[in-house]
Amino acid sequence: MSQLRRPATASDHHQGPLDAAIVVVEYGDYQCPYCGEEYPHLKKVQKHFGDKICFVFRNFPLTQAHPRAERAAEFAEAAATVGKFWEMHDMLYENQKALDDEHLIGYAKKIGLTDEVIRTALDDAYLEHIRKDFSGGVRSGVNGTPTLFVNNVRYNGERDAESLIQLFNEIA
Amino acid sequence: MATRKKSAPKKSPRTKPPRAKLAKPARKQPRRHQEELLDEALEESFPASDPLPVDPGVTHVANAPKPDVGDRAPDFALKATPDQTISLKQLLGKPIVLVFYPADWSPVCGDQVSLYNEMLSEFQGYGAQIVGISVDGAWCHTAFAKDRKLRFPLLADFEPKGAVAKRYGVYDAATGTSERALFVIDGEGIVRWRYVSPVGINPGADGILDALETLPKAGNA
Repeated sequence: MSQLRRPATASDHHQGPLDAAIVVVEYGDYQCPYCGEEYPHLKKVQKHFGDKICFVFRNFPLTQAHPRAERAAEFAEAAATVGKFWEMHDMLYENQKALDDEHLIGYAKKIGLTDEVIRTALDDAYLEHIRKDFSGGVRSGVNGTPTLFVNNVRYNGERDAESLIQLFNEIA
Repeated sequence: MATRKKSAPKKSPRTKPPRAKLAKPARKQPRRHQEELLDEALEESFPASDPLPVDPGVTHVANAPKPDVGDRAPDFALKATPDQTISLKQLLGKPIVLVFYPADWSPVCGDQVSLYNEMLSEFQGYGAQIVGISVDGAWCHTAFAKDRKLRFPLLADFEPKGAVAKRYGVYDAATGTSERALFVIDGEGIVRWRYVSPVGINPGADGILDALETLPKAGNA
């Protein structure tokens, strides 16, 4: 049973209280189609549970398979420095098919990132952070994307909103 | 993701071409329709309730017992490409991560090998080398490795089929493939860790890294 070795902390990108009854940590890749499929399901689950759930996102770009994933993650990390991580995260998953630099810059401008912040995304400023997320994920048993940890245990079951809501109802 | 909707017993789903995966987001009715027709045709010819015909001439060589931790790893020499063979002896001197997986192209394996492919620098950090083994042929491996941009060797346990998997005790005669099994072997050829995962679950790499961490550093030379 694979366990999350670094539980969620305040330094993680999170939505909802960290001491919520249900803490979901997703290791995701912005270019991964399965992550894209999962995105609306997780939104639905979050909406359903409100403050009873905390959702955390960590980077797990599979760079050989998804050559744009790492750069997209850099843009999300850049947005995080000005408190706009989730806006960028959502923007990326809603526009997964177009993740070239030109589009990424377009998304960044749309959510109001300055040229200066955008430049940091293009200058590899967040690569180390992203790779740390990756190797931490590997040590916790992340086995592909998306991998979800529910209250620190790797979740191997069905990931559609209905299944997750049913499971979380039993926990919360 | 690993669940299969189809139940056609004769048409092996693992030979699904890569195109099927790439085309997934755009999968439309006509394709499904075609698959359903095929299922129906197969169902008609081979009703699922009937036991599969068994050729009395076919004999399965049983699995050897799995080598235990502390045992010498069974030797092997298998094709990595149509004209290159890799043996265990050649690999000795550095820790070896031996990854048995059921088949090229099946979605879970794809994830598993892709994950290891992203982690090569971490394995190298332990001085370790990783090799994948399945019953697919060398040409199939070549195409699969090219498609997934793999940078580690895949060995073809193809003829006699599954012979190496059997020596490691991880051949599944019912499916004709190996199980999803991991072995960490030290530089001297001794099994230091092993794990057999449920076939539908990608085991990840945490167990491998934990095992590599416990190997004496001298073995990494």
